[in-house]
Amino acid sequence: MNIYADNAATTKMSDKAIEVMTEYMKNTYGNPSSLYTIGQRAKEELESARARIAALINAQPREIYFTSGGSEADNQAIFSAAEKGKRDGKMHIVSTAFEHHAVLHTLDELKKQGFEITLLDVHESGVVDPAELERELREDTCLVTVMTVNNEIGTIQPIEKIGEICRRHNVTFHTDAVQAVGHLPIDVKKQSIDMLSASAHKFHGPKGVGFLYVKKGVFLKSLINGGAQERGKRAGTENIPGIMGMAAALEESVRCMSSVQEHIKPVRDYIIKGLSEIPHSALNGDKDRRMYSNINFSFEGIEGESLLILLDMKGISASSGSACTSGSLDPSHVLLAIGRIHDVAHGSLRLSLGEDISYEQADYIIKCTAEIVEHLRSFSPVWQDLLAGRREYIL
Amino acid sequence: MALYSEKVMDHFINPRNVGSIENADAIGEAGNAKCGDIMKMYLKIDDNGIIEDVKFETFGCASAIASSSMATEMIKGKPVSEAAQLTNKAVTEALDGLPAHKIHCSVLAEEAIKKALDNYYQNEKGEKNE
Ligand SMILES: Cc1ncc(COP(=O)(O)O)c(C=O)c1O
Repeated sequence: MNIYADNAATTKMSDKAIEVMTEYMKNTYGNPSSLYTIGQRAKEELESARARIAALINAQPREIYFTSGGSEADNQAIFSAAEKGKRDGKMHIVSTAFEHHAVLHTLDELKKQGFEITLLDVHESGVVDPAELERELREDTCLVTVMTVNNEIGTIQPIEKIGEICRRHNVTFHTDAVQAVGHLPIDVKKQSIDMLSASAHKFHGPKGVGFLYVKKGVFLKSLINGGAQERGKRAGTENIPGIMGMAAALEESVRCMSSVQEHIKPVRDYIIKGLSEIPHSALNGDKDRRMYSNINFSFEGIEGESLLILLDMKGISASSGSACTSGSLDPSHVLLAIGRIHDVAHGSLRLSLGEDISYEQADYIIKCTAEIVEHLRSFSPVWQDLLAGRREYIL
Repeated sequence: MALYSEKVMDHFINPRNVGSIENADAIGEAGNAKCGDIMKMYLKIDDNGIIEDVKFETFGCASAIASSSMATEMIKGKPVSEAAQLTNKAVTEALDGLPAHKIHCSVLAEEAIKKALDNYYQNEKGEKNE
């Protein structure tokens, strides 16, 4: 059995997106900046994609800037707000400890430039408390950046409340919505969002393309120098096939949003229930305020990479927050941020389900995981110490 | 999976000498759970100083499990003096290599064996003093 359960890492492209991209690669190869007909046709298509995407998040077409993906959108949004802040003498930024590295590493860079960064506690639940956020706002706060959905534990943040608070305090609000766009309803007006990052490959579009929404009137700086594309805010000949594929994929995802959720959520809950029966295991992140497709468990006494490789041999693709899978010595910063200590953060498993998941597959995932955890525990010195009472259980 | 050599995968999937030894003559442990790797080696050593039996328990990634398994095979049946010469490099080579960021797994295997041997020499001394 082959089960792809790593949709938070990336998704399989939709047939529609592939079809649209192939079509544009073959037939609409003109440069949108060119004057002649085939160039102008590409330009028209580009603007139609912009308008369609804008409509899906209740924005104006002029507020959508195409980028190379989520990371670039995050960098551009944050550096822009910081530059404006610096000019206004406001050099304080509020974010959270469990943002994606595209945000955290950008903030590290700003810190070196003299910005003060407050990272909010995300609690054991993995959810930001808007009241705490409001208390951290200061006269010199130039930006609040809080992700819509966490990519590892799937917890959904109170974006609308945070947006309302920022609006009231006149602070720019950016959200990394890479895990949310195409999966949860987004309305930038209702949610009072000033800037929003999205990436096509998380909603069945192609890799290497995304967009940044920037509310009219909010300052945006260009990170890439060159031509005047994207109204002077992002140089480089537009990735027409990618952008057209992204628009098609987003339309399809938004159209199917509620039926996909209705299908996945009960299966997801079934797997959570099944995995909970493995002794000394725990779900990471709040059970209810979470993305309908996300499962993240820690199993005491084992290490995640071993678990992943053995699952892979059973045909199951998943991910882990263990240090060994990140290439660093520390386990996932997200799991540490919700208070999991190193020992159990290493033993984590993330499953992010796709729409083709079935109960039969769910049973197989539960069975394989339980067997592998038991196998790895059977020769784990940590587990033997726990059994013998030489070490105390954490979970 | 191309991440690891076939040898590593073989020792990870079918680890040799797993488990523990009751009344072991020496036990050595290296690493810690915080860093995500712990290896524990159990040795049974006969009167002539030959490693009669060896078992391991490992908490860690695939390369940590494979390194432990390979290291136990390399010292089983050998005199302690020879086992003391085992290097992480030899373990890595026997596994047909490890990815650069996994070399520390073979270092842990060497350390766990060295610690077990230290433990053996200490026990020996203790007995002689009795
Ligand atoms: C929350 C979040 N932000 C940003 C990114 C980066 O997006 P991209 O891979 O398109 O640069 C990802 C995905 O890896 C993500 O999950």
